[in-house]
Amino acid sequence: MNYFELFNIPVSFDVDLSELPKTYQQLQRLTHPDKFASGSDQDKLVAIQKNAQVNDAYSVLKSPLSRAEYLLSLRGIDLQHEQQTIKDTAFLMQQMEWREELAEIADRTDPLSALESLEDEIKQTIKSDLTKLRHLLESDQATDEKSAADVIRQLKFSYKMLSEIELKEDLLSDL
Amino acid sequence: MAFLQISEPGQSTVPHQRKLAVGIDLGTTNSLVASVRSGEALTLPDSQGRHLLPSVVRYLADSVVIGQEAKQQASTDPSNTIISVKRFLGRSVQDIKTAYPNLPYQFTDSLSPVMAVASGNVNPVQVSAQILKELKKRAEQTLGDELQGAVVTVPAYFDDAQRQGTKDAAELAGLKILRLLNEPTAAAVAYGLDSGQEGIIAVYDLGGGTFDISILRLSKGVFEVLSTGGDSALGGDDFDALLVEFIRQSSELTGELSKRLHRVLLDKAKEAKEALSEESVYTVQFEDDTGKHHSVVISIDKFEKLIAPLVKNTLRACRRALKDAQLEKDQVIEVVMVGGSTRVPFVCQQVGEFFERSPLTSIDPDKVVSIGAAIQADILVGNKPDSDMLLLDVLPLSLGIETMGGLTEKVIQRNTTIPVAKAQEFTTFKDGQTAMMVHVLQGERELIKDCRSLAKFTLKGIPPMAAGAAHIRVTFQVDADGLLNVSAMEKSSGVQAEIQVKPSYGLEDSEIAEMLKASMDYADEDMQARMLKEQQVEASRVQENLQAAMDADGQALLETVEKQAIEMALLNLSEVAKGNDKEAIKAAIEQVDKLSQAFAQRRMDQSIKSAFSGQSVDRI
Repeated sequence: MNYFELFNIPVSFDVDLSELPKTYQQLQRLTHPDKFASGSDQDKLVAIQKNAQVNDAYSVLKSPLSRAEYLLSLRGIDLQHEQQTIKDTAFLMQQMEWREELAEIADRTDPLSALESLEDEIKQTIKSDLTKLRHLLESDQATDEKSAADVIRQLKFSYKMLSEIELKEDLLSDL
Repeated sequence: MAFLQISEPGQSTVPHQRKLAVGIDLGTTNSLVASVRSGEALTLPDSQGRHLLPSVVRYLADSVVIGQEAKQQASTDPSNTIISVKRFLGRSVQDIKTAYPNLPYQFTDSLSPVMAVASGNVNPVQVSAQILKELKKRAEQTLGDELQGAVVTVPAYFDDAQRQGTKDAAELAGLKILRLLNEPTAAAVAYGLDSGQEGIIAVYDLGGGTFDISILRLSKGVFEVLSTGGDSALGGDDFDALLVEFIRQSSELTGELSKRLHRVLLDKAKEAKEALSEESVYTVQFEDDTGKHHSVVISIDKFEKLIAPLVKNTLRACRRALKDAQLEKDQVIEVVMVGGSTRVPFVCQQVGEFFERSPLTSIDPDKVVSIGAAIQADILVGNKPDSDMLLLDVLPLSLGIETMGGLTEKVIQRNTTIPVAKAQEFTTFKDGQTAMMVHVLQGERELIKDCRSLAKFTLKGIPPMAAGAAHIRVTFQVDADGLLNVSAMEKSSGVQAEIQVKPSYGLEDSEIAEMLKASMDYADEDMQARMLKEQQVEASRVQENLQAAMDADGQALLETVEKQAIEMALLNLSEVAKGNDKEAIKAAIEQVDKLSQAFAQRRMDQSIKSAFSGQSVDRI
């Protein structure tokens, strides 16, 4: 049973995010070890294993990046343990620009709003990358799968930038 | 099984076969036990009507005093009176001395916190077990029969070592643990069922020695912890310590305080703290070791100034927890206050200002955790088969393993819903390497020295290969109690190593068994009889469950050969269980388990499929 089957949804990048939590709750009720508290040790162990799978499936399916990565892994393309580097120079230049800006942001007159506009810019990039990704994943051409993998690699950088921005925001707002 | 089912007085045994279960809040400062009686969860008082049992254990040469009577002697007999032992669970002597430099105890070992007391040596697990035993005794006397199980609460922020220590203490006290439950979740349960709310709830728990903040989503009886944070070494005791320091400075006492004087000042500080929740000024009076009289005036302003940085730290953790849950402050519909230290008005006011709403305080903050635990215990023991309530907790601190250069590689991120199982692959770094050390750590920092070391084990027998050619898969499995199991396997050879993670400063299973044996309550034969009875109960549980499962699904999900094999094994089990060889019963259970494992998995998958059938048509 793959994660899509477990959640009773079609194998696709498009997932109904309002339905997902409901299915998750339903699966929790069926598999949580507490529901087997009066069962034998074996029942509990099977429940723990299944429930752990439900939890992992939920976290994979609910975020678009991990969902896309999982979709590719179902098609035999494993991005998790790879050492592939990005060769797209335009993307790399962009990354360097963002990183420089983030490093110098504390010296700006209004660092918090500068941080916000950087955040907006990255979110925009992520949004358009996700749209691109959806189209690529709908196709079954091998070349499109390769391109999808490239977009996922780029998205990983962008999401990482976002979390670094959040850290910076914590530092700057002194909380 | 019938001989274990107990009815409430005045009720018939059929059809309401109630089983006795309790919720226990094993607190830093005070501990409580609660139980659901006639549909209501209530804390159980002792024979003198006191609900709170101070978490204080005093060791005399040939007896042990627990609770209020022990606490009263703390000043006069500090080194034999163990106070707030919860702070020491799963910790090394060095950790403890760094965090609490003024402790009056004699540690006999340089690593493990063994304390010398009048009756000999004791460790934190044994001290905690004394408290649990006292509460168990109280519950059995009040409820009139033996307990079937207990839910024991722990701070959400407790790491694996601290959880394991708590579980070991319960085992040592002769309690069957139904679940280790996070304190904030328990508090939310106590409130959630009363008010029947749905939405985001923040639980702010400031106890004697720990601070927790948890963000939960309540929906149709499911309590889902979204994030948790806090500090396992911050609490009301720190307020007291600041007051002691203030009193010391104001009275111009120099040098280190004597153990006696420190204890006196601590008691005075607690008095002042309590008084200042109602009055604006309080005067502390005491005599120092030379007999000189001192009088120190403490104003509420001064007190609030002293504790403000600590309260600010707690709010910082609140903000982080919200961020981790990807929520904003205004999405929080209720703030639940837990822990005696939330009685300090300044704390309540600051929390109220931060969340921009008045916190809930209608349930006694000292009792709320045990009440929630009792509700959960009642469900887990099987008294409410139709209950929809489900508690989903998260892992409080990331788990990882050591990699080259003293760094940690995270395998499971904090705030992941548990149970969880994750695997990560590693490889050898030298040609011909045949063994690999796996060092398991818990914490958020990158350097291993900043994380807590949980366990080290070695995977041996890896076939010699070129560096980087071996694929070693390390699997972490965390159960619903937040306890970790780690296994490692080299993929090409199938060489395996597995350990149940036991804290470095805790106890081995064999030590617990030894202590159980040695404890005064059980003579050796009693112990044997008890263990045999436990095996027989498990045997009948296995038989009943499996028979019921076979009757329901055996036809559909089992091949004839499989079915026959299971039936044979069950027959064997029921024969063996009639005898009194506990090892043989255990082996027979294992045999049944092995043969029926695939069946159990198929039934689980089947239950999922049938739950979805009927809705699949419009979805696909």
